[in-house]
Amino acid sequence: MQLLKRQFFILTVRNTLRHKLRTGLTVLGLLIAVLSFGLLQTVVGAWYAGANAAAPDRLVTRNAISLVFPMPLHYREKVRAVPGVKRVAAANWFGGIYQDPKKFFPQFAVDAAQYFEMYPEYRFVEEEKRAFLRDRRGAVVGRKLADTYGFKVGDTLPLRGTIFPGDWSFTVRAIYDGAEARTDTSQMFFHWDYLNETMKRRVPRRADLVGVFVVQIAEPARSAEISQAVDAQFRNSAAETLTETEKAFQLGFVAMTEAIVVGIRIVSFVVVFIILAVMANTMAMTARERLSEYATLKALGFAPGYVAALVLGESLAIAAAGGLLGVACTFPVAAWFGTQTGTLFPVLEVSPATVAMQLGAALAVGVAAAVLPGRRAARVRIVEGLRAIG
Amino acid sequence: MPVLHDLSFDVQRGDFLGLMGPSGSGKSTLLNLLAGIDKPDSGAILFDGVDITGLPESELADWRAAAVGFVFQFYNLMPVLTAFENVELPLTLTPLSRRERREHVSAALRLVGLDDRAEHYPSELSGGQQQRVAIARALVTDPKLIVADEPTGDLDRQSAGEALSLLEQLNDEFGKTIVMVTHDRRAAEHAHAIKYLDKGELSEGADLLERSVR
Amino acid sequence: MKSIPLAYSVRNLWTRKLTTALTAGGMALVVFVFAAVLMLDAGLRQAMVSTGQPDNVVVTRRSAGSEVQSGVERPQAALVESQPEVVAASKETVVLIAQPKRASGAVSNVTVRGLAPQGIALRPQVRLAAGRMFRPASTEVVVGRSIAQRFAGTGVGERLRFGARDWLVVGVFDAGGSAFDSEIWGDVDQMMQSFRRQAYSSVIARLADPGGFDALKQRLESDPRLTVDVKRERQFYEEQSAALSGFISILGLTLSVIFSIGAMIGAMITMYAAVAGRTGEIGALRALGFRRRAILTAFLAEALALAALGWALGLGAASLMQFVHISTMNWQSFGELAFSFALTPKIVLQSLAFAAVMGFAGGVLPALRAARLSIVDALRAA
Repeated sequence: MQLLKRQFFILTVRNTLRHKLRTGLTVLGLLIAVLSFGLLQTVVGAWYAGANAAAPDRLVTRNAISLVFPMPLHYREKVRAVPGVKRVAAANWFGGIYQDPKKFFPQFAVDAAQYFEMYPEYRFVEEEKRAFLRDRRGAVVGRKLADTYGFKVGDTLPLRGTIFPGDWSFTVRAIYDGAEARTDTSQMFFHWDYLNETMKRRVPRRADLVGVFVVQIAEPARSAEISQAVDAQFRNSAAETLTETEKAFQLGFVAMTEAIVVGIRIVSFVVVFIILAVMANTMAMTARERLSEYATLKALGFAPGYVAALVLGESLAIAAAGGLLGVACTFPVAAWFGTQTGTLFPVLEVSPATVAMQLGAALAVGVAAAVLPGRRAARVRIVEGLRAIG
Repeated sequence: MPVLHDLSFDVQRGDFLGLMGPSGSGKSTLLNLLAGIDKPDSGAILFDGVDITGLPESELADWRAAAVGFVFQFYNLMPVLTAFENVELPLTLTPLSRRERREHVSAALRLVGLDDRAEHYPSELSGGQQQRVAIARALVTDPKLIVADEPTGDLDRQSAGEALSLLEQLNDEFGKTIVMVTHDRRAAEHAHAIKYLDKGELSEGADLLERSVR
Repeated sequence: MKSIPLAYSVRNLWTRKLTTALTAGGMALVVFVFAAVLMLDAGLRQAMVSTGQPDNVVVTRRSAGSEVQSGVERPQAALVESQPEVVAASKETVVLIAQPKRASGAVSNVTVRGLAPQGIALRPQVRLAAGRMFRPASTEVVVGRSIAQRFAGTGVGERLRFGARDWLVVGVFDAGGSAFDSEIWGDVDQMMQSFRRQAYSSVIARLADPGGFDALKQRLESDPRLTVDVKRERQFYEEQSAALSGFISILGLTLSVIFSIGAMIGAMITMYAAVAGRTGEIGALRALGFRRRAILTAFLAEALALAALGWALGLGAASLMQFVHISTMNWQSFGELAFSFALTPKIVLQSLAFAAVMGFAGGVLPALRAARLSIVDALRAA
């Protein structure tokens, strides 16, 4: 009950402010640690952006061997005919170079009319969309991509092909925005038919080949069943297929770079331990210097628990200050980081889960740093403590 | 090597006892035992009929809060609390209301002549003033026993005199029992009786007073 | 100038064991992260560099980012083979197959290379570790050491299924830690048939004399019948890892810098407290005749000793990482690549310098404060 008295808070707050430099430095250290932790978790989150943006009513069909192998165009109608399938769109990863390989962004050749019906989260200005659909050589770019390289409607977009060799040129007809913060607006799309026609002329034997089919189904609950039905169509053929939900497809990519994701996660926890060392040091020093005060309080009749609580209270006050400031800084820093990395991390969102983890980490550090010093303060033998000159 | 050995003596209510002896004689230890902040390896300490050596730690703390007031050589005030708040500290362990506490604290500060410095921090007070704040803190709970360990050890002559007069006043006017450890003969003269402690053994006598002066 | 013995600084650290342990521990963690990142990058580069022979060149279609994206038509390949500088050539096809991993079952892309016996000869760093080499014109394959360890179904005697055929694994090869350890090799013609390919992916050629590279490159790249890029094998593989290497370096170094600020703050707090606690000593030392600079040096030495302790612990822990192997998708080639942490003398020195900077930056302000104390103030405050 003594703990709830005004006096406990007065003692705690004033003790925290006693060594302004030391407290300030500790808060700063915690701020940096919480900020780094939050940023790293956000970067990990960006890895999963594709999977998080996946819709439950979309499936992806690819060649069973690997993404590197295409499927014949005529599969499209067969897939369309499978019961439960609403729409099918062909999509090829183009992988071209814009000016220089470092200026990377995703480029897809898609069955435009079908594709954009399946992705309602890509929002268009109706007129622009119509103009794109009319222009065989038209291209659609996302808002983030347009902002990064200054693309405007009407601009020419030249690309140098790698998988599909030669020089290619498109006209930007529309810019799309994302319905939510986590929608990827760093992509460029153009007409699949244009890709195919051009390949028929340049390298005929590579025409009529599709990278993946994106399939929209009417009932998401039946996705496993429909996936198997699609694959059954092509079993024992020259190009067997593998159909999975869009989310599983995206998670497949994440799994391939799992080692990196794990590494980043580990490092984000290392920073918490670094700051725990700093904080524990501060609290140990502080408690040691105040030993005679703790002894005096005990002599006056305050319980050992009260004294330990003073140590804990101070530790938590510092941790709270550092934690809250760190969280507050995470948002602007993440936004800045996002603009610096451009299209590398299309979605860099600080999630509520991340904030919760940051605060949790600060709290844990505050508690852990106070355990040993608090115990020492509680256990100090009054006689010895009084002898120590503070 | 035992610090104290085979010791037995009485302190009557209202006594003002001075404890003297060379350094290392165990006088501080004896004081700490009386005040309940140290425990003997064997023996009993009866305070108003209650054996405090048998009390568990938490009860001992409560007993101390109510029964004993402390005055230390180095004042041991909380640097982050004002004089008022320092004196108030022991009262927060009691069920008194805020208004009641304020009354007691003001009275105590008035008694030691520092009510005009109530809002000052220890760092803003002189050594003598800090010691008087400590004395105010020692008496604010109206304890039966006040123990003082070298209360004038760190003070100049004038401040020491003021502090000792205060202690005398507490004893004469308010009937507080005071046990004071000191190595200063002039300070000891304010007490009403003196016991001499050497190598863990207690004795009294005027001739031995000379021996204690180094 | 009389300087205070180093023992003064070091023994003071020993007296406050807990504080020393915590401060050095924080710095050790930062040094660990710093060294580990550098080691990871070095390991990646080592894997790549050891993949390339000095007298081999790789010919791919122009602008193809990797062999998987590249296509070299048969007549073009024949042209490359017939060049005067070329003493041996191997026409190869490279694809990726999706295979589940042993431990997690998660599917990842594995590089499959179809080559002829001359192709094997072009890679002298490759040795058989188990079983035997595949027979030409058969559906036998051999797998790299890393693949055999990590992927299901790749043991000697097991069968892999891809391209509508079963392929029997007859051996495991050891490519000395290079990129080939993460590949599966088989007969080129069988694979081309199975994947219905008409064109090769790349041509690997050995030069009679490494100096003939420039002439060969010039001629092939300007030939109108060909649209190819010609690169030394070493350079080719270096470029393959550029994106991943860049990512690791940038992210890792950014993190190290941020973390080091945290550790520096820890060192600063410790040193400020040390100065505050020893004001009396400082006054006494000055009274004895030691100058301000000696005080400054003594406290800086203490901070640097802390950093040195942190460096030793951190580097020690990082060196243990050499036993850890990483396997991840290389963004450029899209295939799985295994590599390890490599500790080089350069990294040892770099991490030492890093620790020294941390110690100095953390200790300099407190040391200046100690040096600036006036003797009278110091003695009075004691």
